[in-house]
Amino acid sequence: MSGPNFPNPIVRWIDHRLPIFTLMHHEMHEYPTPKNLNYWWNFGSLAGIVLVIMLVTGIVLSMHYTAHVDYAFQSVERIMRDVNYGWMIRYIHANGASFFFIVVYIHIFRGLYFGSYKAPRELLWILGVVILLLMMATAFMGYVLPWGQMSFWGATVITNLFSAIPGIGDWIVTLLWGGFSVDNPTLNRFYSLHYLLPFAIVGVVVLHIWALHRFGSNNPLGIDVRGKQDSIPFHPYYTIKDMFGLGVFLIIFSAVVFFMPNAMGHPDNYIPANPMVTPANIVPEWYFLPFYAILRAIPDKLLGVIAMFAAIGVLFILPWLDRSPVRSGTFRPIFKVFFWMLLADCVLLTYLGAKPPEGVYVILARIGTFYYFFHFLILLPALSIFETPKPLPRSISQPVLGSGAAAAAAAMPKENS
Amino acid sequence: MAESHAGANRRDFIQVASTTMGVVGAACVAWPLIDQMNPAADTLALLTTEFDISGVEEGMSVTIVWRGKPVFVRHRTEKEVEEARSVDLDDLPDPEVDADRTTNPKFLVMVGVCTHLGCVPLGQKATDPKGEWGGWFCPCHGSHYDTSGRIRKGPAPSNLSVPPHEYISDTVIRIG
Ligand code: HEM
Ligand code: FES
Repeated sequence: MSGPNFPNPIVRWIDHRLPIFTLMHHEMHEYPTPKNLNYWWNFGSLAGIVLVIMLVTGIVLSMHYTAHVDYAFQSVERIMRDVNYGWMIRYIHANGASFFFIVVYIHIFRGLYFGSYKAPRELLWILGVVILLLMMATAFMGYVLPWGQMSFWGATVITNLFSAIPGIGDWIVTLLWGGFSVDNPTLNRFYSLHYLLPFAIVGVVVLHIWALHRFGSNNPLGIDVRGKQDSIPFHPYYTIKDMFGLGVFLIIFSAVVFFMPNAMGHPDNYIPANPMVTPANIVPEWYFLPFYAILRAIPDKLLGVIAMFAAIGVLFILPWLDRSPVRSGTFRPIFKVFFWMLLADCVLLTYLGAKPPEGVYVILARIGTFYYFFHFLILLPALSIFETPKPLPRSISQPVLGSGAAAAAAAMPKENS
Repeated sequence: MAESHAGANRRDFIQVASTTMGVVGAACVAWPLIDQMNPAADTLALLTTEFDISGVEEGMSVTIVWRGKPVFVRHRTEKEVEEARSVDLDDLPDPEVDADRTTNPKFLVMVGVCTHLGCVPLGQKATDPKGEWGGWFCPCHGSHYDTSGRIRKGPAPSNLSVPPHEYISDTVIRIG
């Protein structure tokens, strides 16, 4: 394949020696993309843009932030009151973290519904789960930096999770703290890692996109692209669609940043950290609540911690749990119902994670936890055997162009290329 | 692979030996980079705290700081000591007799950090909830401790820990 012919001689000169413009042309311009993608496919590029927003605002915040237990809280207050536009930059960063999770959770559920984790995209999916874990670590450590009450006690509770590991648990916790409780050494290293990990995320995102471009995007029908008639070039068709989605996103994001910037935060984090007094109800940021609910649902410390990590771990092996050859939930009548049940279960767990661990909440959390694992470990493998999928369309163009009824062969196994 | 696969040849040996040396070398370099995270010398230097208990009246509790953590000192009432001592050990998730947890039965000294995930349990102030056994209650995930600081109910796996401490005079204790 010969590279594109660039009119600009400087571009041509560089491209001959470092074919970066050819690469960009292949991967962002002519890159053939299924022509039937719906708006759920906007959230990947959106997540990338939010990551950039976090990097830019974070680097700027670092110019004013002081990572020391005696100054951290005040330095953040100074950012809010005295630094030019500091209030805006911090509110963008703090709310950006929440929106990053909203976008990524939608992106993940999109993948769950349309079977995007299935062959040949298993590794692409796994890299996505790695990004999720890195995001969680980054957001957790970022939340510690303002050194409010929730920062301190969140850090205490989460680092203590590691003490559940038999034998070496206490050693690990002391190593993480650099002392005998969460203190200045802890704050310093969290700041160092909070600066580092987003760049590690950038690296994994590159691998994620590399793996994506190997086979291209999945699509709402979940069938493979058969040829030219099934795809359109990424630019201008999807660049413009992604830009439109970005516009809608930014309207909502700005509304929150400017009119309700503390809606997703916790008031206790405006109280400086006090190692002697635990707030009455410690709740993590909303995006950790389902996992927190799972942790608390189980009355045993070690098992609770294991279940919490397993809730993400199970996503790593998902491609081998759901063995149905049909990707898209559109053609899986029973799977479709259980997909919505799973989503409802996650919403329920999010709600329960914020409630005190007593009475009916504990019982509901146990049911919700059981159902979560039941879905992945029992239901999906069983459905792969017992469910009869609906007939698949023969190609992507067929239903789109409506040429003849969606005459269809009975559900064929998906073709792995 | 110039030579045949039959048996190990000298090149295989050199490869294994140099890889092994490489791994050992990398581990030696890694250790200082990991160990720097452990408590530094100045952190370790703050290991003991002294406290005068004469001002703590019967029924009163005081919280002091040791190694950046709260330490509870409670001057227990007769009734509390009685309750702590009359428990059947089989009822305890982490069996320990009260006498082993105190030097002077009137004064209970322990680290005020929940053994579940490290919150500070309530029960030091008169108005605090003290849990079902009248000792301490951890609000984070609902652990109940009795008047000897032993876990009775909830997710915490063990009793509130008793720090090493000794009476250096009739009224002064040294913790650590
Ligand atoms: C994956 C991207 C990132 C996420 C999810 C994230 C998340 C967070 C969160 C949740 C906070 C606490 C906000 C608050 O309540 O005040 C925070 C604070 C902070 N972050 Fe980030 N962050 C990211 C990237 C970065 C980067 C790349 C830097 C620096 C280069 C940075 C620097 C800071 C600083 C200095 C603070 C403390 C100031 C403050 O609390 O507002 N962040 N971050
Ligand atoms: S930290 Fe006390 S019950 Fe969890």
